[in-house]
Amino acid sequence: MASLRVYVIRRVLVAIPMIFILLGIVFFIMRVVGDPVSAILGGHAPQEQIERIKEQLGLNKPILFQFFDYLGQLLRGDLGRSLIWGQRPVISEIWDHFPATLELSICAFLVSILVGIFTGIIAATNFGRFFDHAFRLYGIITYGLFIPWIGIMLQLIFGVYLGVLPIGGRIGTLMEPETITGLYVLDSLLTLNMESFISAIRHLILPSLTLGIYLSGIYTRLTRTHLIEVLNKDFIKSAWARGLPKRTVIFKHALKNAFIPILTMMGLQFALLLVGAVLTEITFSWPGMGTLLFERITYRDFTTVQGIIVFFALIVITVSLLVDVIYAYIDPRIRY
Amino acid sequence: MKYSISRFIVSNIIKNIFPRKGTEYFVLVGFILVLLIILMAIFAPFIAPYDPIKKVGEILERPSGKFLLGTDGLGRDVLSRIIFGARTAVLVTFLAVSISLSFGVLLGLLSGYTGGKFDTVFSLVMDAMYSFPGLILAIVLAAMLGPGILNTAMAIAVIYTPTYFRMVRGLVLSLKESLFVEAARAIGAKDRTIVFKYIFPNVISSIPIVLSLNAADAVLTLAALSFLGLGLPAPTPDWGFDLRAGHAYLASRIWWPSTFPGLMIVILTLGFSLLGEGLNEILNPELRR
Amino acid sequence: MKNLLTIQDLRVYYYLREGAVRAVDGVSFFMKRGETVGLVGESGSGKSTLGLSILKLVSSPGKIVSGKILFNGNDIAGWNEKKMRLLRGSRISMVFQDPMTSLNPLMRIEEHLVETIRTHQKIPKAEAKKKASLLLNEVGIPPERGGDYPHQFSGGMRQRIGIALAIALNPDLLIADEFTSSLDVIVQFQILNLMKKLKASHQMGLIFISHDISLVSEIADRIALMYAGQIVEFAPADIFFSEPLHPYSEGLLNSVPNIELSDQKLNYIPGMPPDLVRPPDGCRFYPRCPYGEDICRRKEPPLVQIEKEHMVKCFRYDGKKSRT
Repeated sequence: MASLRVYVIRRVLVAIPMIFILLGIVFFIMRVVGDPVSAILGGHAPQEQIERIKEQLGLNKPILFQFFDYLGQLLRGDLGRSLIWGQRPVISEIWDHFPATLELSICAFLVSILVGIFTGIIAATNFGRFFDHAFRLYGIITYGLFIPWIGIMLQLIFGVYLGVLPIGGRIGTLMEPETITGLYVLDSLLTLNMESFISAIRHLILPSLTLGIYLSGIYTRLTRTHLIEVLNKDFIKSAWARGLPKRTVIFKHALKNAFIPILTMMGLQFALLLVGAVLTEITFSWPGMGTLLFERITYRDFTTVQGIIVFFALIVITVSLLVDVIYAYIDPRIRY
Repeated sequence: MKYSISRFIVSNIIKNIFPRKGTEYFVLVGFILVLLIILMAIFAPFIAPYDPIKKVGEILERPSGKFLLGTDGLGRDVLSRIIFGARTAVLVTFLAVSISLSFGVLLGLLSGYTGGKFDTVFSLVMDAMYSFPGLILAIVLAAMLGPGILNTAMAIAVIYTPTYFRMVRGLVLSLKESLFVEAARAIGAKDRTIVFKYIFPNVISSIPIVLSLNAADAVLTLAALSFLGLGLPAPTPDWGFDLRAGHAYLASRIWWPSTFPGLMIVILTLGFSLLGEGLNEILNPELRR
Repeated sequence: MKNLLTIQDLRVYYYLREGAVRAVDGVSFFMKRGETVGLVGESGSGKSTLGLSILKLVSSPGKIVSGKILFNGNDIAGWNEKKMRLLRGSRISMVFQDPMTSLNPLMRIEEHLVETIRTHQKIPKAEAKKKASLLLNEVGIPPERGGDYPHQFSGGMRQRIGIALAIALNPDLLIADEFTSSLDVIVQFQILNLMKKLKASHQMGLIFISHDISLVSEIADRIALMYAGQIVEFAPADIFFSEPLHPYSEGLLNSVPNIELSDQKLNYIPGMPPDLVRPPDGCRFYPRCPYGEDICRRKEPPLVQIEKEHMVKCFRYDGKKSRT
């Protein structure tokens, strides 16, 4: 396992310049592409107000100083203070909203993986027959679906007409469980609060389905392609020839090998999961990072918006690091 | 001889209009969907029954003979708005894809051919942009740039520039070492000549697939930006914006102002992705399974 | 002695859009317990398909159309998947051509062996592990390397592992498809010797599929020569090499370089094998045959028995060994 450790350290070192470049891009967009002052004040504001905002954000210093100020702050874990609502630190705004996004993303991810891998296996094992064509089409169609539209259709059917599920929010009013992890489903289970648990689950179903269906098509396609490729390999023929049961051949031998490229794609698709979560949250008034971003853009809360973007950048880098490590752990060939 | 060639061409056209394989149907259906929406955009004033930005009936009228798809919250005809909305979608998508294509290809050729430090820095920046969630980048850019057709198109174009950059740079690097470029250099061709006369034509053949897949994605990104109110200023007919406006009436069982604009987004995206997928399988037969 | 394997009029077709490819078209042969049959033919002659169809592992769009596969007296052609699965790897097993790809890259080699043993024998894991190291030892792999992954072994060693997997359950019949052809000559020789040794100690029947007739001559007791989906000559090896009857056999043996007859002219057989979607009406070898007559073009020759265990598919032999 020593080689695995070396691999991980090397991979972390590669991630560092990436972090700086991404932070630089965010800085560039926020200060150079647009004018933060007019973005905050809307273009025509009195001169003294402009000066006050500039002073407050440190925008009257030379641009290079501003960049180092910004990096210095970030290294201390300080994302600045919000421009509205009693100027709360941005980092606490983020920590308040992140668990909601995490909860939604995990559920949607599970839905997409389960649906995607299941349909992919059926398509690959029925290669060239009806189910293969049907699920290939499913893969293409789901990728072209617009998340808010799927959400609205589900809201219409299950929320408005059938009336069986709530169409927005994260939990019933005044039913929030005691905060332990910030994930309502988990917290209500831990505090044995069944009422909250059921409410949390009911609120989760439609948003998770919306995002999950959208993402599942990608996994259908990936599973199908890679499984077909692996099933044609000699070691699978050899597994059949040794009389192994179908279950073992497909799941243990074929799927595990097909899973390696799928895993790599999962890392790349993570950005898509975040993007999808932002749109899903806004469609379902889900109080997560996406809703926060949307709300603060509308309120022109420049520092919070910048903080959220930096936070997203860091998550993306962390996840891609994590995926590479899992990859190395599963595939013995990569470690050498 | 002439006869047989023309017959060969005709029979090939017929074969392509009535394809036998599933993937060829994908291209055909995708092409028809995209073509229909482009025609809709061009001839919008002749097709649309009403002025899309005028109040022409009561607010929120159900679909009827008078208003085939009903009216929206401001008493405007939903059908006319989605027909004119095709103009916004097609125009912004076209602009966004053209901008990202030209920048991406140009920078990719430059970076790949020059090499060295310039290339290293550029590739790192492009990789960072590529790995970042595209829509979030576009949201921030759109918010900073403000509304408008060109601004929205630019915000979307930024997401796709790295795709072309990476693709073109990769191809240039592999072609740079190939024999025919070596040969051109040996007979004293200038660098610029080499890039545009020898490398560029080789690169361009793989672009149409990426182009239509990106167009599909761009339609979705535009819809998302307008859904968030960051696209074109009201009252421009815009599917994403109308979807958002119609969403507000959902709880009162008023489904038509949101369902139809959303459906148009899905149809156009589907058209582009079917086209891209199909082209991919036809142009890269080694991927065909 | 009873036959280990008897194949009667076996037909295996691949159904493509262009039509049915008759990869195996009316093949019959037999072998006794512990014998080696060299199944020889050029690429595309259907020999690999024949090998796979004995295990009933021909994959879609291929299908066994008709014929009998008698293994230990039972016609397994009619058996279902469940019964076949118990046979595969335990009574009949297979070694594949490319050792680089025939092992699962994500599994330790010991796990391969343990999995195979425990699929067919309900024994505890520890016991299976003990058996696995004995097997590795038997094929010349240090048992302590059982915990390594396939990519840590060379091609020749991987093929030894492949053989260990195939003999793990003492099968009655081993099918080896070009199992040495991706190795270099010296390793090829070592692996072939290992196979001879194991065959004797385990008393296995072996079907050795190869395009390399000189390699086959090293090990085979009987030769079955395939051409265009059919067996054109089936004979005891010594008879085949000393007195080949079929014009194709003759041509093939003349095209092998022989050190002892160094001034001999090296021959080759002109022409190409026929299209197996629409094979010619008459003899399939007719277009390339130096002795072709009118009848060969019109009628398919029958498989005639020359002696008790010697058959040839040619009009030139009419139940006698002499040429008519």
